[in-house]
Amino acid sequence: MTAAEAGVPALALHDVTMRFPGVIALKGISLEVNRAEVHAICGENGAGKSTLISILGGILPHGWYEGGLTLHGEPYEPNGVRAAEAQGIVVIHQELALCGNLSIADNIFLGHELTGGMLLKEEEAHERTSALLARVGLAVEPGRPAADLGIGQQQLVEIAKALAKDVRILILDEPTAALNDDDSDHLLGIIAQLRGEGTTCILVSHKLAEVRRIADRVTVIRDGAAVETLTIEEATEERIIRGMVGRDLEHRYPPREVSMGAEVLHVKDWTVPTLEDPERISGVNLSIRAGEIVGLCGLVGSGRTELAMSIFGRSFGGKPSGHLRIGGLEVSTPTVPDAIRAGLAYVTEDRKQLGLDLGSELRNNLTIVGLKKILRRGFIDDELEAGVVKKLMSRFGIRAANPSVAIGTLSGGNQQKALLGRWVLTDPKVLILDEPTRGVDVGAKYEIYSAINDLASRGVGVLLISSEIEELLGMADRIMAMSEGRISGELPARTASPESLMQLMTKEMR
Amino acid sequence: MTLDDKQASVKTRPAYGFAPMILRDLRRNSMVVALVIVVALFSFLTDGTVVRDANISNLIAQNGYVLILAVGMVMVIIAGHIDLSVGSVAGFVGAAAGVMIAYWSIPWPIVIVLALAVGGLIGAWQGFWIAYVGVPSFIVTLAGMITFRGLTLVVLGRNNIGSFPEGYRALGNGFLTDLAGEYETDPVTVGVFVLAAAVIALAAVRSRKRRLRLNGADEPFAWFLTKLVIQLGALLFVGFALARYKGIPVILIIVVLIVIIYTVLTRRTAFGRHVYAIGGNRRAAELSGVKTKRADLLIFVNMGVLAALAGLVFTARLNLSNPSSGTGFELEAIAAAFVGGAAIQGGAGTVGGAVIGGVVIGLLNNGMSILGLGTEWQQTVKGLVLLAAVGFDFWNKRRLARSRA
Repeated sequence: MTAAEAGVPALALHDVTMRFPGVIALKGISLEVNRAEVHAICGENGAGKSTLISILGGILPHGWYEGGLTLHGEPYEPNGVRAAEAQGIVVIHQELALCGNLSIADNIFLGHELTGGMLLKEEEAHERTSALLARVGLAVEPGRPAADLGIGQQQLVEIAKALAKDVRILILDEPTAALNDDDSDHLLGIIAQLRGEGTTCILVSHKLAEVRRIADRVTVIRDGAAVETLTIEEATEERIIRGMVGRDLEHRYPPREVSMGAEVLHVKDWTVPTLEDPERISGVNLSIRAGEIVGLCGLVGSGRTELAMSIFGRSFGGKPSGHLRIGGLEVSTPTVPDAIRAGLAYVTEDRKQLGLDLGSELRNNLTIVGLKKILRRGFIDDELEAGVVKKLMSRFGIRAANPSVAIGTLSGGNQQKALLGRWVLTDPKVLILDEPTRGVDVGAKYEIYSAINDLASRGVGVLLISSEIEELLGMADRIMAMSEGRISGELPARTASPESLMQLMTKEMR
Repeated sequence: MTLDDKQASVKTRPAYGFAPMILRDLRRNSMVVALVIVVALFSFLTDGTVVRDANISNLIAQNGYVLILAVGMVMVIIAGHIDLSVGSVAGFVGAAAGVMIAYWSIPWPIVIVLALAVGGLIGAWQGFWIAYVGVPSFIVTLAGMITFRGLTLVVLGRNNIGSFPEGYRALGNGFLTDLAGEYETDPVTVGVFVLAAAVIALAAVRSRKRRLRLNGADEPFAWFLTKLVIQLGALLFVGFALARYKGIPVILIIVVLIVIIYTVLTRRTAFGRHVYAIGGNRRAAELSGVKTKRADLLIFVNMGVLAALAGLVFTARLNLSNPSSGTGFELEAIAAAFVGGAAIQGGAGTVGGAVIGGVVIGLLNNGMSILGLGTEWQQTVKGLVLLAAVGFDFWNKRRLARSRA
């Protein structure tokens, strides 16, 4: 829209190639971003989005890559993050980078402190912070520690921090990945407002609905090159997905024959206290049969993860009350090893903190849950282990150069497949999946869905926790909703709708 | 085909080129490089005194305690902890052993068992606070360092206890010598080392065959052979030196046994895997079903037992229980683990690396003593070596991280 007025693009890449040892991350990518537009970049994990962002933000400095960049028609050759920021280009990373112990104001001026002589000018910093927070619609005290804020609010502080640096081009990497719907809405509103004020935004996102809603143009990248740049009118979800994966995805959810057996998980009157809240989880009843997939939805803070982790060996909260049967076995206060032995497996939503040992080998990350399977006469047997690992990699489509690479170097999708697949080694009867496709690209999502269906068809009962209602509708047999630590309702998947579930998720339960 | 596929297919045929392979090995085994440099440097500076027969034998006897402590310490560090108390614990157990032998007249073999048990109890005490109360190991073992130094003084008063039975002293400075009669070069020692060399060569060839079968490729044969020849050469050099001097030191047998047992423990048992997993990501290990608290406790019990053994060995060699013995051992053990490639954040390190690190520290002690440098300069140099080792580790990791940014 404002493209014609400006004439030259705000930011352009010309035939940029970036090589890493053994892999070419970007292959002659060219791209033009207009002034004051929201330009979305879509691509699978591993398509080169992170590399692209790193180049734009100066994290990969000029000279490391071939090809050139221009900023408003002038050569743009940042030699580091500060140089990029000095020219008004700021990246907000997916993992937020606020120091929780510092105040909001301190965070905003971190590295660019307002000083008079040797001393900090705290009052001025607070005043300017208040003004910046007002611009992003956040009404909090600038002196509060950043750790007090929710993720959505922290994201807004990041934007305010960028504004403090006189940002002209704001690059957001999956800004809503960890946000609930309300916070996402607000954030997208702020982005639109910034565009109105003349700021250019580059938005990297997996959420196509959100891209469709806010972007002016969309560039799809695949295998390190731009496939096409579409205006928002042209950019239907189907077309974006086709560009990302290079083929049509007819079915986003693989078909499955449902056949159910005996009850494998039985939770009755389950109440879990925490220090702050004696009824953080309260009176939950839940039953899952062999081969059944039960969906569980709820807003952030509704207690989904807390419920799952309290069932999995009391990994959350204090001593629970109620009954818990896993595979017909009464285990009311199990430890994690007890729960695993009884046949429960839990795939965490927090892959990096609670799931994987990122610096360690793929192989070790896979076998750690089932070391018994690779023992021969009490000692770990390399060949047994190699066999087990090879089987898991092929069954779950875990793509890696070899089993000895550090798992942290794999794409999010492959990490997630490993996190899920390894539980096969413990022969689970019940599998709790907490956001199994978060931050995973479309192709890998399909593979994960297929793996879930396969496990269910072999008689595993699945509890699928997800924030994506569509995913629950596509995968589950019935869907339960949680609100304020309680089950607020249950619907069969075929009659449920996003609206009816949203109603249950927002129901007041206290 | 997604980029993932491509990445995979590019890398499935690993580049086993000659030069890159050498560089990779050198980078991964920086402690070996350090060892070679230190040996070469001191051989030059001392006109070869360092590698004379008697000195090689001395080197082993003098540094046995460092190697024993380094093995325990590297496991502590892999699990993401630290143990500052090992010097005091070694001192305390050495003192207690002295009292048991000299004042209470308990037979020395029983004293050894009791002393190791005391070490285990001390480890359990500290492990309890770390694992079940949740106090950081740095604090618990700092407290232990002070407490057990205090208790050493309580046990000994201001006295030294000396003159232990011969059998006990052999722990520190005994030799297996002249078992087959008196020769200039002891044939038994030579035989043992030749046998060891043969076993190592055979194991190397077999594991190369297995790698070829499992991975379809391995390092070039020439490089494999070069490394093997250097290793065996060094081994036989030491073997002949010992054979010409007094034979195989008892302490060497203890150290070799410990290295073998703990290499198997860390690499081939579920417990070993748990230790690495805990150091890599404690919460993730817990949610994988690892009993992290129990493992922490066992790691410190083990460290306590090894610290006790180090205390016994040291006391036996000096033939003296002394109120200040063991002072500074913890720093040598920690330095050995880090020079040997352990990661300060936990999750990485090897028993073999720590032992080589321990030998490097021992060589520094020994070489500088021969050169007549005082403890003031020895301390200075060792401090800088530790800093350089950890600095190199960080530099290396950052470089690797950048190459895959």
